[in-house]
Amino acid sequence: MDTILEIKKLSKHFADFTSVDGIDFSVEEGGFFSILGPSGCGKTTLLRMISGFEEESEGEILIRGKSMKGVPPEQRPVNIVFQSLALFPMMNVKENVAFGLKRKKLQKNVIDHKVAQMLGRVGLSGFERKKVTELSGGQRQRVAIARSLVMEPSILLLDEPLGALDRKLREHMKIELKLLQKELGTTFIYITHDQSEALVMSDKIAVMNKGRFEQVDTPRELYKNPKTAFVASFVGESNRFEIIHKEGDVLTTKGQWKLTKSGLDFTPVVLYIRPEAFILSPTEERKDISVFEVTIKTVLFDGANTKLSTFAQGSDDEILISLPQNAHFEDLCEGDTIQVGVHQDDLKCYEEE
Amino acid sequence: MKRKILLAVSVLLFTSGVPFAKETLKIITWKGYAPKALVKKFEKETGIRVKITYSNNEEMIAKLRATRGAGFDLAQPSQDRISFVQKQFPVYQPIDYAKVNTDQLVPSMLDAVKKNTLVEGKSYAVPFCYGTTGLIVNKKEAPEANDWSALWNPKYKGKISYRLKRPILIATAFGLGEDPFALYDDIEAYKKLMAKVEKKLIETKSYVKSYWTSGDTQVNIIKSGDANVISGWDGKGWEVHKVNPDIDYVAPKSGALGWIDTFAIPAKAKNVEAAYQWINFMLSAKNAAYFTNKEKYGTASKGAPEFLDEEIKADFKRSFTPEDIENIKWQPPVPAGFEAIESEVLDRIKAAR
Amino acid sequence: MQQKKRFNTTFWLLIVPVLLWLVVLIVLPHLDLLISSFQVKNSAGENVFSLNNYLAFFNNDIYWGTFLKTAGYAVFVTLLAFVISFPVAFYLTKVISKKYAGLLVLLLLIPLWVGELVTVYGWMILLGDHGVINHFLLFLGMIDKPINMLYTDLSMVIGLLYMSMLFMVVPIMTTLESLDDAYIEAASDLGAGKWTIFTKIIIPYSMPGIISGAIIVFMLVIGDFLAPDILGGKHSLWFTEQIYSKFLQTFNWGEGAAFGFLLLFLSSAIVWLALKLSGQKLEKVGS
Repeated sequence: MDTILEIKKLSKHFADFTSVDGIDFSVEEGGFFSILGPSGCGKTTLLRMISGFEEESEGEILIRGKSMKGVPPEQRPVNIVFQSLALFPMMNVKENVAFGLKRKKLQKNVIDHKVAQMLGRVGLSGFERKKVTELSGGQRQRVAIARSLVMEPSILLLDEPLGALDRKLREHMKIELKLLQKELGTTFIYITHDQSEALVMSDKIAVMNKGRFEQVDTPRELYKNPKTAFVASFVGESNRFEIIHKEGDVLTTKGQWKLTKSGLDFTPVVLYIRPEAFILSPTEERKDISVFEVTIKTVLFDGANTKLSTFAQGSDDEILISLPQNAHFEDLCEGDTIQVGVHQDDLKCYEEE
Repeated sequence: MKRKILLAVSVLLFTSGVPFAKETLKIITWKGYAPKALVKKFEKETGIRVKITYSNNEEMIAKLRATRGAGFDLAQPSQDRISFVQKQFPVYQPIDYAKVNTDQLVPSMLDAVKKNTLVEGKSYAVPFCYGTTGLIVNKKEAPEANDWSALWNPKYKGKISYRLKRPILIATAFGLGEDPFALYDDIEAYKKLMAKVEKKLIETKSYVKSYWTSGDTQVNIIKSGDANVISGWDGKGWEVHKVNPDIDYVAPKSGALGWIDTFAIPAKAKNVEAAYQWINFMLSAKNAAYFTNKEKYGTASKGAPEFLDEEIKADFKRSFTPEDIENIKWQPPVPAGFEAIESEVLDRIKAAR
Repeated sequence: MQQKKRFNTTFWLLIVPVLLWLVVLIVLPHLDLLISSFQVKNSAGENVFSLNNYLAFFNNDIYWGTFLKTAGYAVFVTLLAFVISFPVAFYLTKVISKKYAGLLVLLLLIPLWVGELVTVYGWMILLGDHGVINHFLLFLGMIDKPINMLYTDLSMVIGLLYMSMLFMVVPIMTTLESLDDAYIEAASDLGAGKWTIFTKIIIPYSMPGIISGAIIVFMLVIGDFLAPDILGGKHSLWFTEQIYSKFLQTFNWGEGAAFGFLLLFLSSAIVWLALKLSGQKLEKVGS
C-alpha cells in the first residue's frame, strides 16, 4: 500500500512548553490510524498541525508526497470532524453537508447529488430539511462525518468525536465508524484518550505520551507486547509490581512476592501482568508456567469483567485475577485459597518506568 | 439595649428637625424664580416648607391641565398664557386681591395684568417680573444690527440664530412694519399676516446657522461665536456682556417684545394662604431687588429699584433709550385657536429646505 | 393536593404585582391617551368620537413627510450603528483577552453614565465653528476656514449614533461570545475563505443579536428628542418634536395622542417588516 501521510521530525513549541516533540511516522492509504494518549499529551496539537490550524515549529508534513508547508487549512486535502462537531446551527442538514461543496463552486445538481448520496451512506436520507438542533447525538455525529466526507478528502481527521455521546451510543458508533471507513476506503486518523475506541476500530495505533510516540503498532501487538511501561499501563488493564531484587531468574517484588522469568538480560524495575493472563487451577505442569497459591480477599463482580482481588502466600501485593463467569468457578468466595499459574511470556518487565 | 438606642435615635430625630411635619407650599415655576436664599428666609420666617418644581409655560399648563389644577399651590405662568387656558380648562382660581399687598406693586403693571387675565369678571394673576425679547448682538462683528430685520439680513448670512417659536413670528411681523396684536380680533387677517411671515422666514432660512432651543443654547451659540446676531432675552444678553463686552442686548427699533410673568393659584391648591404669603414675601422691596440683582429681570415691586445694583441700572440704560421703553410691545393674551395657526406655520418653516 | 394549592398561592402572589404594574403603569395611561386620540371637540365644546386626529396626519404632508424622514434617518443610523458596532463587538469578544474586554466595555458605558444631555453638549464643544475639531484642523493648516459641522444632519447623526451604539454592541457581543471558534475553523477546513466565513457563518450566527440590537437602536433613535432638537440643524424636524408641540404648544392633546399611537404602530410595522425580510423570529431574537 502507498504512504498517504508522512510526518518527519515534527515539533511544536509553545512559549512555556513543548507540546509535540520530534515525531516521525507515516500512515498508509486506506488505513484506520489512531493516536491514543492521555489528555495533554499533544495529540490534538498534532492533529491541528496536520489540518493546518497550527503551524509546526520544526519538521515537515507530507500528504501524498507533497509538503504542506504554508498551505492554509482550506486548501489542504484533509478534513476534520471536530470534538464539538461544530455543525452550523443556523443551517439545516443539507446546507451543512453542502457547505464545502458550494465553496468548490460545483454546479447545483452535482452538489444535490453528492449530498443525497452521502446522506444515504450515513443513513440520514430524508433528513435534508431538518435543523441540526433537532437531531439526536448520533445523528449529529453522522452529519458531521458526512459534511467532511463529502469533500472526498485524502485523509479524514477525527478529534475525539465520540466523547460527548453516552456509553451505549458510543459502543454502537464505534462499530458504525469502523464499517463506514471500511466501506469508503478513506484514510482515517482518529484521536482519542479511550483505549477501547482505539483498539476496536484501528488498523494501527500510535500511543502518545508527553509529545512523543511510545509505540506504533497493531492493536493486538500493542496489547500483547507493550514496548514500554507506559503502554503497558495505559493500554488495557494490568497488575503493576515494583521489582526490588533480581537473583538469577528469580524476581522479588516490593511486597516480597517471588516470580521466575528466564532470559532477562537486564534488571527490571517494574513488572506488569494482565488479570486475564492468570490461569486458574492449572491442570498440566509445564516449566514455563509458574504456579503459586493465592488467598481470595474479595470478589469484584462486574459481569464479564469480574475479578478476584487476591494475595499471594507470604506477600503484601494485591493481585487482580480475571474470573471467567462459568459454572466451574461459581463457588469461589472470600477466604478460599486457590492455585493460579502464569506463563513466563506474560510477565512484562521494563528497565524504567 | 437595642430598644434604648432606637428610642434615643427617634427622640433625636423629632427634636432636631424644626420644619418637621410643618405645612408645605408647592410651587411650579421657572428656574431662578425662587432663589435658594429667599426660600430659606421664607421658611425661617413662616415655618412653611417650600417645594419647588422647575418648568416652563407649556409644561406648566400641560401639568395643571392633566391634574385639573391640582398638585401645586402656586404657579408662575406668563400673563398672556392665562385667560385662554382658563376659558378652556379651569385650572386656576380667581385672585383675592384683598390678600395681596397691592401697595408694594407698580400700579400700571398690576392693572395691565388684571385686565389681561380677566375671565368672566374675575382676574387670575399678580405680576411678578418682566423682561423683553430683543436681539443679542456681537457688536464687533455686526455693529449695525439694531432691528428685527437683522435676523434676515444677508449681511449676517450663516451667523444668525433665533428660537423657532411664536415670539419670532410676532417679531418678524413687527420687523415687516405690521402690528400683529392689532389683528387679534380678526383671525383671517392674522392668517394672512402669518403667511407673509412664513414666506419671509422660509426665504431667508439659509441665512440661519441654527435655531436655539433654550436659555442655555441661546447663550452658548453667541458666546461660542457660532452666531453673531440672535434673538434673545435681555437678562441673558447682559449675562453674556459681562464675560464678553463685545456682545450686548439690543432693543430692536420696531419694538422689543415685553412679557410679564405672574403668580397664579391653581384651582385645587391645598395651601392657598401660604401661596398669598409667598406672593407678598417675594414682592417686598428688598426680596424683589435680591431677585432682580441675581436674575437681571425687571420686577413689579414698586420699592425695589432703591436696592438695585448699579450694574443692573447700567445694563438697562445701555440697552434702552426712553423711546425704546415707550416702544416695548407688551404681549396681550393670545386668543384661542391662534396658537394652532402659528404651530403649523412653525412646522412648515422647520420642514422647509 | 396540598402541594398544588400552595403552588397556586405562590403563583398568584408573584403574578399580582406584575399584573398591577402592567395595568396601572402601562395599560391605564395608554388607554386614556387612546381614548383622547379618538376625540375632538364639536362646536358646543363637547368631546365626540372622530377619526380626524388620525386623518390630520395623512392629510398634511408636513406630518407624514416628517415621519418618513424620521424613520429614514432611524434606519440609516441603525445601519451605521451596525457597521461600526460589529467590528467593535468582534474585537471585544474574539480578539483581545477577557481581562481587557471588560475594561473596554466599561469605557463604552461612559456615555450612558453621564447622560444624553451631557454628551450632546460635549459634541457641541467638539463640532462648533470655534470648536475643538475646527480649531485643530485650522491649526494644522488643513483648512483655512471653519467647516460647518454643528447644527447639521451630520452632527445630529453623530449624536444619535453615540447615544445608541452601545445598545447594538452589547447584544452582538452576547451572541458572538457563544460562537464556538470551532465553527470558524470548521468552515475554514471546508474550504471557506475569510470573507465567506464572515458572511456565511459569523453574520448569520450573530443575526439574533444584530436584530435585537437593531430593534433597540431603531426605536431609541426614532423616539429620541434631544439630539435632533439640540444638535440637529434648522431642517431637522423630528416626529417626536411634532408630538411634543401638539401636547405642549397647541394643547391639542387629541392629535398629540393620535400621533403618538401612529409613531408606535408605524415604527412597530417597520420592525415587523424588517424581521420578515431578514427571516428572523421575534421569540428567537428575544432569547
